[in-house]
Amino acid sequence: MNAEVHSAGGKPVAAYGHVTGKEVDVSHGPILYLEDISVSFDGFKALNALSLTVEAGELRCIIGPNGAGKTTMMDVITGKTRPDAGSVYFGQSIDLLRLTEPQIAHAGIGRKFQKPTVFEQHSVFENLELAMKTDKRVRTTLFAKLDSHARDRIAHTLDLINLAAEAGRPAGLLSHGQKQWLEIGMLLMQEPKLLLLDEPVAGMTDAETERTGELFNTLAGSHSLIVVEHDMDFVAGIARHVTVLHEGSVLAEGSMETVQNDPRVIEVYLGR
Amino acid sequence: MITPRQPLFSARAWSALALAVAVIAVVMPLLNLVAPKDSMFAVSDYTVALAGKIMCYAIVALAMDLIWGYTGILSLGHGLFFALGGYCFGMYLMRQIGHDGVYNSDLPDFMVFLDWKEYPWYWNFTGHFWYAMLLAVLIPGLLAFIFGFFAFRSRIKGVYFSIITQALTFAFMLLFFRNDTGFGGNNGFTDFKRIAGIAIATPQMRMTLFVLSGLTLIGALLLARYLVTSKMGRVLTAIRDAESRVMFSGYDPLWYKLFVWTLSAVLCGIAGALYVPQVGIINPSEMSPANSIEIAIWVAVGGRGTLIGAILGAFLVNGAKSWFTVAFPEYWLFFLGATFIAVTLFLPQGVVGLVARLRGKKS
Repeated sequence: MNAEVHSAGGKPVAAYGHVTGKEVDVSHGPILYLEDISVSFDGFKALNALSLTVEAGELRCIIGPNGAGKTTMMDVITGKTRPDAGSVYFGQSIDLLRLTEPQIAHAGIGRKFQKPTVFEQHSVFENLELAMKTDKRVRTTLFAKLDSHARDRIAHTLDLINLAAEAGRPAGLLSHGQKQWLEIGMLLMQEPKLLLLDEPVAGMTDAETERTGELFNTLAGSHSLIVVEHDMDFVAGIARHVTVLHEGSVLAEGSMETVQNDPRVIEVYLGR
Repeated sequence: MITPRQPLFSARAWSALALAVAVIAVVMPLLNLVAPKDSMFAVSDYTVALAGKIMCYAIVALAMDLIWGYTGILSLGHGLFFALGGYCFGMYLMRQIGHDGVYNSDLPDFMVFLDWKEYPWYWNFTGHFWYAMLLAVLIPGLLAFIFGFFAFRSRIKGVYFSIITQALTFAFMLLFFRNDTGFGGNNGFTDFKRIAGIAIATPQMRMTLFVLSGLTLIGALLLARYLVTSKMGRVLTAIRDAESRVMFSGYDPLWYKLFVWTLSAVLCGIAGALYVPQVGIINPSEMSPANSIEIAIWVAVGGRGTLIGAILGAFLVNGAKSWFTVAFPEYWLFFLGATFIAVTLFLPQGVVGLVARLRGKKS
């Protein structure tokens, strides 16, 4: 691996805690490279030489049956799981395998979990406050004060995720769909370049699902999004480019129409 | 809509705090030192000693609430930091005995007994009051920092962390039981005579220690309250409730845990240093695993994650203990165990939670 070459010259790769880390370099187009990633748990190959490239500004949907490795892939990108082999680059120069979870978040990758994970005892407002992009080191946090600019940003996000009326309520009291929205709002407060969204519309009403689709389409372009979803209608509604995972590697890739007509995809997934 | 920031204390709480300061620093000294002994308002020396001791415990309970109630990390080794603070200040107290020991030697009696000719190197400078106080802060803090760094970096959590802290305090207890360790073996330090040349046994000195303990307790409460109402406190409770979300939001939990863990140990060390001159003894039994478990019980009884509950719990349990151990000494541990089970089953929010619930029903 030529990691040294990549990081040579500009060492402060997303220095922990700083607001202004090195910006992700997308001069060649892609924002994320996964190459030959393999992960095994007790002999079970969760990912098997998985390679995937996501362009900057793209909205990529990833589908696949249970156990195809979708969540494991997200774990690898966000630093939760270290792969046995392979490399992961964020833009041209940031080697994600060398960074911890918080460092990866600072580099500009936000993640929404499959089970909505918010701070249930904190108010909706405080959830967004904690997520907001800022210096997140201990000594800054100790004396942190919310300025009016930060309050405006939180208010703006509250409107965007339709939770302004719930700002003072504990997040634990929200409905499942509202929690999903709050978690998406928290991601947006982090101002990530790349959003990983694991089943973002599970538990949402049809109207909520539709609004989520619109939101994702608005974000695409200025952000890159990777959406893992089981809801085929939702995927068909938003997807421009779909990747199908099966048994830990890419089975098919292309437009929704292309993959829907791929006989192998029909066999393992859609045809059931 | 914008939620208002939580104030440090409500107006009523500020008045209660001012009242507490007045009672500790003015009323108690007057009633103990000035009021005639036979007057119905007189406060006995026994009460002063007991309250002073419990206020030291309450500081420990506050420290425990920060790490357990707010950050969700149950330490079963906080007695160690308390005892280490006590030993550090105890070294100063031993030196203050001077030639008045049984053997009229320069060295403490236990060193004469072991036939040691001079102080070991780590006793250097402990004759200076401020140096000993500094040690009482630094030693528990440093130990907590080093231990915490490795434990939190290895992401040891939950019951595993609790067990390791329990083992840590047990290991130190065995170490301090040894005569070779240089801290008086199983007898520890006792027979203290004076602080800064002033006799400890005088009512004035006892009252001074009482007032210092009380003011330190209130200072610790203010500090803890500042922490938990600041963004720091919100990050700590976030770590307790959803640590992975904290990490993926860009906070490194390691440094946050280490900060509150070390601060908690330092508070315990200060409490230990105040405690030892008031009770007149420090020995390795303070490091016994049961002592550390008892600290957790104080906080559970009072109510976790409320600060005031920790103080209340320390007073309730230790008040009950001082009565019980006189009335039915052999049943104290059964009573303590039963209390813990009852609180866990019926009062998960402790006494503070019960009061809040009763108030809610009334209105």
